[in-house]
Amino acid sequence: MTESPVDEAVLRELEEATGADFVAELVATFLEEAPVMIADLSAAAGAGDGEAFRRAAHSLKSNASTFGATTLSDQARALELGGLPEDAGARDDAIIALKAEYDRSAEHLRDLTDG
Amino acid sequence: MADAGGHLLIVDDNKVNRLLLSRSVELLGHRASVAENGRIAMERLQEESFDLVLLDIEMPEMDGFEVLAAIKDDPRLRDLPVIVTSSVEGIENIVRCIELGAEDYLAKPVNKTLLGARLSSGLEKKRLRDEQKRLLKRFATSEVADDLQASGFAIGGSRVRASVLFCDIRGFTSLSEDQSPEETIELLNVYYTLMFEAIGSHGGIVTLMIGDGLMAVFGAPQPLENPAASAVSAAQDMLAMMGQFNEERSADGRPAIGLGVGIATGEVVAGYAGTDQRATYTCIGSTVNLAARLEAHTKVLSREILIDAETLAALGGGFHTEEHTGVTLKGFAGSLTVCSVT
Repeated sequence: MTESPVDEAVLRELEEATGADFVAELVATFLEEAPVMIADLSAAAGAGDGEAFRRAAHSLKSNASTFGATTLSDQARALELGGLPEDAGARDDAIIALKAEYDRSAEHLRDLTDG
Repeated sequence: MADAGGHLLIVDDNKVNRLLLSRSVELLGHRASVAENGRIAMERLQEESFDLVLLDIEMPEMDGFEVLAAIKDDPRLRDLPVIVTSSVEGIENIVRCIELGAEDYLAKPVNKTLLGARLSSGLEKKRLRDEQKRLLKRFATSEVADDLQASGFAIGGSRVRASVLFCDIRGFTSLSEDQSPEETIELLNVYYTLMFEAIGSHGGIVTLMIGDGLMAVFGAPQPLENPAASAVSAAQDMLAMMGQFNEERSADGRPAIGLGVGIATGEVVAGYAGTDQRATYTCIGSTVNLAARLEAHTKVLSREILIDAETLAALGGGFHTEEHTGVTLKGFAGSLTVCSVT
């Protein structure tokens, strides 16, 4: 799978609408905030807090789609709609997959907004 | 764009969304303030005045649905347009926002062009509502204005029992010919200020002003315990205030100002009439015509206040009245009995 995790057209459109410098700052903010959201998601999963789990997934979905990180957004959306998986193994797998996709997306976003 | 930019409150728990929405709004020429959740938003709305709210749904502490409900529940905030911006799933959530009184719904990520159009339309609505409020406040007491706002400015009428009062300045035309235009306008301003005070303090609402003449209604839109007694008391206050004003005038060597007041009681069709851009509260019916005729007839009988039989019957005690029989008025069949009040 060599497909890019970030839809560059979405990012460029955002730059056109709000300015490249602003988007670089916005991406930097996202890269600070997203690990917190993923940590919240993990913590909520561990604590069995379905509402907090859904809310963290929702936030991540919303931001990922803003930057064109389509796969990440889809994964987060699946967690938001599906809720907390009952099976502990499935829960861990989902979060690991989400983290991996976030790392890929973050790297691309960094590259794409690095001047 | 016609709008000069508004002051917006952006409510979102997500930092990226707050930054992006603020930036988009500012690029469209508006000013943005932010709140991180619903509770903080409600605090800011109490402290500061905003033209529009951009509201997220999914938030900790107090979510967007709760904020919408709180805004629509507050008489001072209920006219504030709220545009929901959310990536919340499910059409039922969008429907719920609209049912709770949201002006519009924009899915995230928000399209900039769409945002611009929705903001313009929301701010224009706010401007019109503010304008209506201002107009209304000039014609009614703030109590009555709030009452009308609560009923949602619905254009439409209803049949109510009310007392209608007409008033004008005796010999105003010749009076204005003898003085400068500035003096005439100054006189009218004093006159209106005094009359509005007298009418408003008895629960009446001024529905018409033409030159030196004005019409007021008692008992609509707000029911009064005894509209007839309120109207007559207001008329007596008007004359008392004019008496004081005349003392000042005579000290300056200027002629006294005389008033004529006619009051009739009965069923009227009362309601908010006009267009969405400009409307006023008004009353129609033969009671209105009778009050106008009585006011004109004060000159014939050389009395200051004339009331019809129904007003007299509703008055109860405490008023000094004098009966005049065999009065004929244009547009009314037969001879009437009317009363003057002193």
